[in-house]
This record gives sequence, structure tokens and C-alpha cells, in this order.
Amino acid sequence: MSQISLPRVQHIVASGIIAAVGMWVAWVSYTQQPAEAFLFPRLISTVFVVLALWTFVKAILGWTKVGNGVSRKDFVWLLPGLTIALVYIFWAAKALGFYTAGTITFFLLLSFYDPAPHDEAKTWVKRVIITAGFLAVMYGLFALLLKVYTPREIFF
Amino acid sequence: MEFLYYFGDVFTPISFGLLLLGTIGGLILGATPGLSPTMAVALLIPFTFHLTPVQGLILLGAAYTSTVAGGAVSAILLKIPGAPANIATTLDGHTMAKQGKGAQALQLSFLASAVGGVIGVLLLIFLTPVLAQWALAFGPSHLFWLAILGVTVIGSLDSASVVKGLLSGCIGLWLATIGFDDIMGAQRFIFHPALGGGINIIAALIGLFAIPQVLTMFAKGRKAANAEVIEVEKHSIMDAVRELLRRPRALSIGTITGSVIGLIPGVGGQIAGLVAYDQTKKFSPERDKFGKGHSEGVIAAESANNAMVGPSLVPLLTLSIPGSPTAAVLLGGLLIHGIFPGTDLFDNHPDVAWTFINSMLIGQVLMCIFGLYVAGLAARVAQVPQSVMAAVVLGLAVFGSYSVQSSMGDVYVMAALGVMMYFLERFGFSAAPLVLGLILGPIAEANFIQGSMIAGATDGMASYFLTGTLNIVLIAIVIASIAYSVWMELRSRRYTSKEEIMG
Repeated sequence: MSQISLPRVQHIVASGIIAAVGMWVAWVSYTQQPAEAFLFPRLISTVFVVLALWTFVKAILGWTKVGNGVSRKDFVWLLPGLTIALVYIFWAAKALGFYTAGTITFFLLLSFYDPAPHDEAKTWVKRVIITAGFLAVMYGLFALLLKVYTPREIFF
Repeated sequence: MEFLYYFGDVFTPISFGLLLLGTIGGLILGATPGLSPTMAVALLIPFTFHLTPVQGLILLGAAYTSTVAGGAVSAILLKIPGAPANIATTLDGHTMAKQGKGAQALQLSFLASAVGGVIGVLLLIFLTPVLAQWALAFGPSHLFWLAILGVTVIGSLDSASVVKGLLSGCIGLWLATIGFDDIMGAQRFIFHPALGGGINIIAALIGLFAIPQVLTMFAKGRKAANAEVIEVEKHSIMDAVRELLRRPRALSIGTITGSVIGLIPGVGGQIAGLVAYDQTKKFSPERDKFGKGHSEGVIAAESANNAMVGPSLVPLLTLSIPGSPTAAVLLGGLLIHGIFPGTDLFDNHPDVAWTFINSMLIGQVLMCIFGLYVAGLAARVAQVPQSVMAAVVLGLAVFGSYSVQSSMGDVYVMAALGVMMYFLERFGFSAAPLVLGLILGPIAEANFIQGSMIAGATDGMASYFLTGTLNIVLIAIVIASIAYSVWMELRSRRYTSKEEIMG
């Protein structure tokens, strides 16, 4: 049996998930009450399911022509940034306060993805200065100019 | 000539200050690779929340106009188009810069952008009220089909795959139904408390346009700063004006092509620039010079992509159908200020509509003036490393989506939709039809329900929604746009496979 390429497997999984969501939406739309509230969802979910199944079948047959999926290399680089961003958004922003969490996240992302050498004190000083600049701009924009009261918790 | 009455409103200190801010900021944002005009406008929307509707729209309109033009700076000096609309500019603009004519290329691009842009906005001024009057005849069934047309046209024309484009539109329409329905007050698809109030449009726009860009920058890893900036030489602006006047063919083809393409919903600046470039080349006796640093290439591409901006707002302001993804984001900006574009915009809010349009006209002139002077600075900003850009955009996305309603739920929705969109984009789905579905979904549903009630009291659903000249015309356009896109997709695949066979 010939080996299936990684993008093809990814297309099958991705379109399978979308088809499953489409079928769930259709099932909810056709079973929930009051029926009047689900009239429009019924209409769109029907089209949704047809298109999603068509995409899924094409992915299984290997006919998908558009989209390259996520390569291993891309995923390896993406994962640390995505993890830091998700921890920031779903935990740190509220638990530590927007400014504290935002500053830590900014510094971590900058340090990880900065192409400048990581073994020179000068580059680290530069990163700290850029981070402090970011904090100052965000505080100036949102707290002082727009008067948005964000969760502040620890320091701000 | 009603628009002349509202010209003075653009020159109030705050409005004019915002126009200047949006223009200069837009030029810098546009020149920054990785920041598309759509994303720049989406990130700016939370700031407009604290302004009046007119001021907010002036800021967004100025940013829209100048980000498109600013993209030429990095296209010419770095060979990196600031936005897809500037791809055609790269072909001759960067070659000119390498030949030591960078300043001339930049001056020509801003002058051509201004000419194209002003004519585009004049079209917007004169076409919009006519279409708005015509649109007054629309009933619920027509408005339902118009909303569906908006989603399907963008879904089919803006995507590499018609089926995936339409599927994106369906996902957007479904997302628009999350929350409590307007008539029965019933809960629909609320599987997390953050979705209780439905999906906030602004949080969704930020998530769908900004987060995939951030994740794309992460996936590129530790890329060094962008390509080396080519130093610009001194060049007289008057010489550039004379050169522009010597090229009326390129300027007129670019402007006409851009204006016509702008009127067609779903066909963006990228197509306008490339088609204008191609047509100018075909009509030019000097076609051999194209791609080798010919000024006609820059003039055609830049006049086209800015001429597209004004007309792309005609279907938005008259029929609520955005002509481009950025226009879709502008629609979100209008809706959060309680302004529904369409049939009664010019009757109920003439001050908002005309001041906004007038500001775009003045914005084109300001864009040209500042563009000629800040181009060098903008090119330096374009060299900011991707690591800094990604972290800044993430920070702005989180703070911006929170600031709309002071709700963590909006931040969660923004993040979830953004991550989902990144992966969907990797599999050939695009954000524009999804956003259109999300924005036009409530309009489509409200008119569908209203129409079904009328149909229940008259001849039935089929008769109400599927008969009548206007319904048939709209349905025919929906079908024709899908069929055309399918044909184009099949043709391009056949062409690609033929090229593969030929090696």
C-alpha cells in the first residue's frame, strides 16, 4: 500500500473535523426547539453539511488542490509562540493583570524569536529596552488615553 | 452636490487631526510587511469605540487609503509588497530602485495613487446616492438575497477554492447565529458562557485577521530583519509630475481598471493592480521595457490599487455588501457605531456618510503629500524584525478586543477564532468570506424571518423568495459568480497541470 503524504492526512483530519462540526450544527438545528428559532440555522447548516462532506470526500480521495497544511518545521517554530500566547490569553492576562502578563509575554516572545545573538549582553539590554517601550506605549494608549480599565492584579 | 455641504466637518480640529494620524500611521503600517490593510483597520477599530461615529470612520477611512498606498514603499525599496495590492508594483518599482531611481519610483507611485484614488472617491460620491435611491425599492426577500450574494461573491471570488470559500461563508453564517435569537429569545449553540451574548464582531475581526498573521510570523522562526533597504537618491518632484503626465495611457488604464474592479464585490486591489499592469503592458509600444524598471508599470499598478478603494465602498454604503475584505472590516466599524449602511444611510445619517466620504477625498491628497516625505522613514520601520511585530500585534489584539466591552469573553473568542483561522488558512480557507458571513448573517436572518412571515400570509415561501424580477436577477448573479469562479478554478488547474506535464 502506498504511503499517504502528511498534507493529505492533515487535509483528511481537518476536513473531517469541519464535517463533524457541520453535522453537529445540522443535528442541533433540526432537533432543538422552538423550531422557529432554528429556521435560519437549518437552512445554512444544510448547505454547510453538503459543502463540508464534499470537501471531506475530496480530501479522502486525495483531490484536494488548495492548502499545504502545516509542515513539521513550521509546527516546531509555531508551538512555543502559540503556547506562550495561549497561556497569556487564557490564564496570565487575568491572573497576573494585563500589563504584567503582557510585558512578560512580550519579553518571552521577543527573546525566543529574535534573530539577534542570545549570548551577548548588548542584545539582552536591547530586548529589555524594547519591552519597556512596549509597556509604556500600551499603558499610555489604553490606560491614559482610552481610559480602559483592564485587570491589573499584581503591579498595575 | 450635497456632499459639498459637509466638507467643513472634515476640517474640525479633532477630525482633521485624526485624518492626519490615520494617513501617516497608515503609510507606516502599510509599508510594514505582514501588516495588511485589513488587519491594520481591524486593529484600529477598538480605538474608534471611544470616538464619535464620524471621527471613527475618518480614522478608519484614512488608514484604509494610506495603507494601500504605503505598501508601495516596501514593494519598491525592499521588494516585499506591503500588501497583496502592491504585488504588481514590485515588478518595475524595485527594479527602478536597484537602478538608482528609487525616489522617482516612490514619487510616481504616490502621485499615481493620488490621481487614481481621487477619481475612485469621485465615483463613490456620484454613484452612491443613485444606487442608494435605487436600493430603496428592496424588500426583505431582496435584502436576504443581497446578503447571500455578499457572502457567495466574496466566498467564490476571493478564495483559491470555490467550495472552501463558500464553506468559509457558511461557517461565518453559522457563527452569526450563536447566542440568543431575536424573535423567540431562544439559546442557540451556546456551549461556553463567553458566547452568551453571541460573537462580538470586533473581537472576531481582530482574531480572524490579526492572530493568523502573528502565528504565521511565529512559524517563520528566527528570521533576520527584512531585506536591505535601498537608499533613495534626491529627485525633483516636478520631474516626477512631468513623467506622470507623459504617461497618460498607464494612468488612465490603471485608474479605469481599478475603478471598475473596485465596484465588483470580492475582487480586491491585488487583482486591480495585476490586471492594470497587464493591460498597460498589452497596450504599450514599449512592452519590452516592462519588468525592467519601466515607470508605466509603477503608474498603472499604483493608480489601479488606489482607484479601487473608493468604488469598493459603493456596494458597502448602498447595499451593505462590502467590495473588499477591508470594506468588510469597515462595515464592522459602522455597525458598532449603530450605523447600518444601505437604503437609509444617506437619509438618516447624511452627516456621517458625507463627512466620511469627503475625508477620503482629502485623505488621498494628504496621503500623496506625506507619502512623498515619509517614504524613507516608512521603509526603515518596515525593517522592524518579525519577532517584535508579532509580539506587538498580539498585545494590541488582546488589549484591543478587551477594550470594546471590557470582557475577557471577547478576548477568548478573539483567540479561539484566530487560532482556528490560522489552521483553516493552511488548508485553503480564507478569512474574508467567513467575516462576511459573520457580518451579513444577522441581516440575512432578519430578512429571511421577516420574508417568511410575509410569505406565510401570502403565496408561500417559494413564491415570495424565488419569483419577481429582482429576486431572479439576484439569484442569477449568485449562481453566475459561483459558476464563473468554478470555471476559472478549473481553467487555472488545467493550465497548471499542462505546465507540470511540459516540465
